[in-house]
Amino acid sequence: MSFDPAIAALVPPGSRVLDLGCGTGELLEHLIKHKGCSGYGVELDDANLLACMKRGVSVIQRNLEEGLAIFEDQSFDVVLQLETLQNLRNAEAMLKETARVGKMGIVSFPNFAHWPNRLQVLFGRMPVTRALPYEWYDTPNIRVGTYADFGVLARKNRLKILDSFGLQNGEVVRSRPNLMASVAVFKFERE
Amino acid sequence: MTGRSVGDVSPQSFHFDEPLPLRSGASLPAYDLMVETYGQLNAERSNAVLVCHALNASHHVAGTYAGQARSEGWWDNLIGPGKALDTDKFFVIGVNNLGSCFGSTGPMHVNPATGKAWGADFPVVTVQDWVDAQARLVERFGILKLAAVLGGSLGGMQALDWALRYPERLSHCIAIATAPNLSAQNIAFNEVARRAIVTDPDFHGGHFYEHGVVPKRGLRVARMIGHITYLSDDVMAEKFGRELKGSALGYSTQEIEFQIESYLRYQGDKFSDYFDANTYLLITRALDYFDPAAEHGGDLTRAFGSARAKFLVASFTTDWRFSPARSREIVKALLDNRLDVSYAEIDAPHGHDAFLLDDPRYHGVLRAYFERIATELERPAAVQFKGMAI
Repeated sequence: MSFDPAIAALVPPGSRVLDLGCGTGELLEHLIKHKGCSGYGVELDDANLLACMKRGVSVIQRNLEEGLAIFEDQSFDVVLQLETLQNLRNAEAMLKETARVGKMGIVSFPNFAHWPNRLQVLFGRMPVTRALPYEWYDTPNIRVGTYADFGVLARKNRLKILDSFGLQNGEVVRSRPNLMASVAVFKFERE
Repeated sequence: MTGRSVGDVSPQSFHFDEPLPLRSGASLPAYDLMVETYGQLNAERSNAVLVCHALNASHHVAGTYAGQARSEGWWDNLIGPGKALDTDKFFVIGVNNLGSCFGSTGPMHVNPATGKAWGADFPVVTVQDWVDAQARLVERFGILKLAAVLGGSLGGMQALDWALRYPERLSHCIAIATAPNLSAQNIAFNEVARRAIVTDPDFHGGHFYEHGVVPKRGLRVARMIGHITYLSDDVMAEKFGRELKGSALGYSTQEIEFQIESYLRYQGDKFSDYFDANTYLLITRALDYFDPAAEHGGDLTRAFGSARAKFLVASFTTDWRFSPARSREIVKALLDNRLDVSYAEIDAPHGHDAFLLDDPRYHGVLRAYFERIATELERPAAVQFKGMAI
């Protein structure tokens, strides 16, 4: 399974879902088959596109950097943006677009404040871990933020956090997630 | 390319006695359609795929004609046993549209009212008229619902029209390198081609058959301008660049100097040998007229309100005649109507021509999509999970 059950659980049954950077479409397929959801994925990669089509998951080939103009305001119950925000040059603009298109947004990204990362930076090196397996010079993660940072960005963009937690080895971390979790998860809506 | 050829094929002619009312208000009293089919129609008659052709193609979509070298159908690279559109799974129908010059009733045939060839008097036909005729053909096969209607360019417009006007009669609509209508620039290209034909002294107002001549000069120029718009700047640069035909410049204003000139003249000559001038005028007009949003105050989203099919829309990044932006207009209208749509924007260098070529990314998309359709045919219940928590 390439998606996290804790994230799938955040999606209300029967939702109309837009999954930005949907990969091979596994999560969407799960939501459609087991939670009565409907919707689309957005994906740039050719191989992922084919995987979605074979599953029967509707997928739109689009570069997220080019925005979501093709989708109307508030046209989805849930917009998922899992492990993609950190790869986008205009991450803040994308977050605004997510909130425009969806009644609810769910975002996940690597938490750079996880303690092993802090430790490596303390010793003078950029972190290379299981959650962040890249060297500083070849990483696609061009927006490096922390669990705590996202809260600040959300407030700035008048987003109301409905739920948030960390994920560490598939386990939900609700105690000191900024220190204890390698992945940050936020569920939010517009104020 | 994986898969095999469907082998030698032969066309069939279907006669229709019931008059066909046309958009123009005119009507075709009776008509024939030339048809080829590949693969087997299953017992449920649920596995049929209709292939709609573009400007200069025909019902000969796949396979070869016995004893004729280089007689492969125009989409032979896509259709056959084990190919992306697999004839081991699907029953594929190719049909030649009315007004064409490849056997279906057209301007070269006899007008029953005059006993002479229709020529320029052949009624103006539209995409909708073609689709109406195709729908009657599909009925003739006893098919209530097509698994898919597939087309590229002008063929894609026909596929879209099927989804708009016969929503219950197709499960999937596959529209490739097409547009919701032609831009002014596109109409302009068509008009240049038409003027080239109409002003050829051999055109005789469209009644050139009686004079025993063919307006070849006009057809050549029409094809040359068309061909330029089907290719991308990059692919032309790569194929021809500034390469000379001879070893040095000839300092002539009228002889061929550059390879690109030679290529265009060759394409024009070849085309003028087999294509009919009146057909060219009719088909470019059908392109110009197609505009489903026009009946809905220019609102494409409202136009697609009637559609029920699932859609695959595909475009090519270097296609400037039917650009990705035009395909995205279609996708947006489908999304606004909450229809099931997948969209592939294929990074291919060949321009509009790409939809006819054997590009691995492009054929990969079609193969994956047809596999999905085949899976749905095998397990019809498994796809109806919408609104149902299992």
